[in-house]
Amino acid sequence: MLLGIVRRIVSMAVTLFGVAVVIFVVLRLLPGNAVTASLGVSSGLLTHAQLAALNHFYGVGEPAVQQFFSWLGSTLTGNLGISLASREPVSTLVGAALPITLELALASMVLGILIGVGFGMIGALHPGRWQDDVGQGVSVVGLAIPSFVIGTGLVTFLSSVFHYFPASQGYVSLLQNPWLNIQQIFFPALTLSLGIGAAIMNTTRAAMLEVSGLNFARTARGKGVSTRVLVWRHLFLNALVPVVTMSGIQLGYLLGGTVIVEQIFVLPGLGRLLVTSINNRDFPVVQTITLIFATGFVVVNMLVDVLYTIIDPRTRR
Amino acid sequence: MSAAELSIRGLRVGIAHRHGVDEIVRGVDLEVASGEKLGVVGESGSGKTLTMLSVLQLLPSPLAVLGGQVLLDGEDLMHADERRLRAVRGGEVAMVYQDPMSSLNPLLRVGTQIVEALRAHGVPVEAARARTREVLGQVGLPQPERIESSFPHELSGGMLQRVMIAMALSTSPKVLIADEPTTALDVTIQQQILDLVSALQAETSMAVIWVTHDLGVVARLVDRVAVMYAGRVVEQAPTRKLFARPTHPYTAALLASLPGPEIGHRKPLHQIGGTPPDPAHLSPGCPFRARCPYAIGRCAVEEPGLIDRGSGSVAACWREPELWES
Ligand SMILES: Nc1ncnc2c1ncn2[C@@H]1O[C@H](COP(=O)(O)OP(=O)(O)OP(=O)(O)O)[C@@H](O)[C@H]1O
Ligand code: SF4
Ligand SMILES: [Mg+2]
Repeated sequence: MLLGIVRRIVSMAVTLFGVAVVIFVVLRLLPGNAVTASLGVSSGLLTHAQLAALNHFYGVGEPAVQQFFSWLGSTLTGNLGISLASREPVSTLVGAALPITLELALASMVLGILIGVGFGMIGALHPGRWQDDVGQGVSVVGLAIPSFVIGTGLVTFLSSVFHYFPASQGYVSLLQNPWLNIQQIFFPALTLSLGIGAAIMNTTRAAMLEVSGLNFARTARGKGVSTRVLVWRHLFLNALVPVVTMSGIQLGYLLGGTVIVEQIFVLPGLGRLLVTSINNRDFPVVQTITLIFATGFVVVNMLVDVLYTIIDPRTRR
Repeated sequence: MSAAELSIRGLRVGIAHRHGVDEIVRGVDLEVASGEKLGVVGESGSGKTLTMLSVLQLLPSPLAVLGGQVLLDGEDLMHADERRLRAVRGGEVAMVYQDPMSSLNPLLRVGTQIVEALRAHGVPVEAARARTREVLGQVGLPQPERIESSFPHELSGGMLQRVMIAMALSTSPKVLIADEPTTALDVTIQQQILDLVSALQAETSMAVIWVTHDLGVVARLVDRVAVMYAGRVVEQAPTRKLFARPTHPYTAALLASLPGPEIGHRKPLHQIGGTPPDPAHLSPGCPFRARCPYAIGRCAVEEPGLIDRGSGSVAACWREPELWES
């Protein structure tokens, strides 16, 4: 067990190192560098001596490997650098945006799981009946319509029909004004959760139907257990492995989804910050956010693995 | 003979579809009294398992009971409501399933699953735990405490088979239906299980239906044998009578496939020439016809019903054993 944890942490570290290398290389391949990025067009007016001094200041001339390790070293020690665009510490910018994205992701995931597992279970317990049809309808909508269409539609609908636009006063945190915060987060979360919910619903339904035809389900019925015990303890528990897998995959996609939805709903989260920073060639910020997304992805995968071992004794060693 | 504890009457099982039905179990009558042990034998695919699953209405779709009755102490189970059915399942009638490897929930500990069976029939938690340990010991599993906290994948096929038997016996059912319950056990353990069932029966006068391929087990355990072929019972007789003087050519062929006169050898049943017919697509006449050395003209025209052969035995054959050799 302890060995398993150590092995997991090591493999997580290796993965993240790989991710850091890729981010670093990709950003170096983009045209322009830190100097042109921070000064824009005016960098063309610099004298040779000025340029050399600036290059030295930003470390532009140094060998790539050395640049990489100095970046990695300072990142690991908590020094994320200064934003080239706003001159503020990256940690301040990211620190303000991160909780918003986390809240959005968490809310979307919770809503998505509720919708998915809820409708999936109801459908599987009444296959072919109207309850199932309702679920299938929701699933088609969730899968077929991309989140930016749902999101834009929702924003237009709320603002033009109800003259309701919770983002108009600027973002407030859960602690400042819980009720307004919930309104601000609910609609973007709903937008994201439809796609997630649809995927989880299909997985739940299919897994439940498959499991209820297996021999152990017959044994459970043959013991005379109550419907509740049969459905949750035997069927749902066994259907959980594919449901967890699907939820993990969806949570991975979700990180990308927040970028779009934060744009639409004007939420100052990581996704919005990322888009602005890419436009500004603000490397330190882009690097940090990409690394945060990658870390999120890796952590989610690890959590999924841990959940497997909790659910299924056959995966324990 | 006392009144039947469990009786199956005219049971038909199959798949209904738009153009009619495929009947696989084609009118089976079986009875077992309390304190009695009935053996059911027959080739693979003859419908033994489907017949047994019908008793507790556990058939997997699209299979369904097409007709017939299942009476438990006179009560028609086919018309029992869900609540009553739950009380019967695992309580009054318990079943041991054919494939022990897949018949337990892989995610729950073995002990939990037995405790659950007891809890479903109103046994308090502590008593259920104690009883679980007790039955696991009774079926000859060493270290019941260890088995109890194992997951199914940690146990061998033979151990799981004994767990399934323990689970079925835990609630002291009135009727035990065991579908090939000892295939994965070695002879000593098997004997131990047979002794256990006999002992419990003497104590509680449980009725037992033992489905098996193993004629040795049949000879040692049961009072009466029903032989199934292509979805029907083709012969039924007291055990001694059946072994001494079979009255259906199929039974005779089964016994002839045993090595020598001594019984007790573990010998599977499929050593008769030819293959069994698909019960869902039979041509008219006796289904055993193609493999029967004694077939006559009538056998191709009409399927024989069960005919009384005296001293408690019935057989579905147009010909008398005396005439077989002529
Ligand atoms: N789920 C199913 N769907 C369709 N046909 C089935 C199904 N299960 C069994 N059958 C058919 O029903 C027939 C009888 O099956 P059954 O399992 O009762 O045989 P059996 O006598 O128990 O055989 P065995 O000795 O191999 O256990 C077989 O021919 C089989 O093909
Ligand atoms: S009825 Fe005819 S074919 Fe069938 S078992 Fe008897 S003799 Fe053989
Ligand atoms: Mg069978």
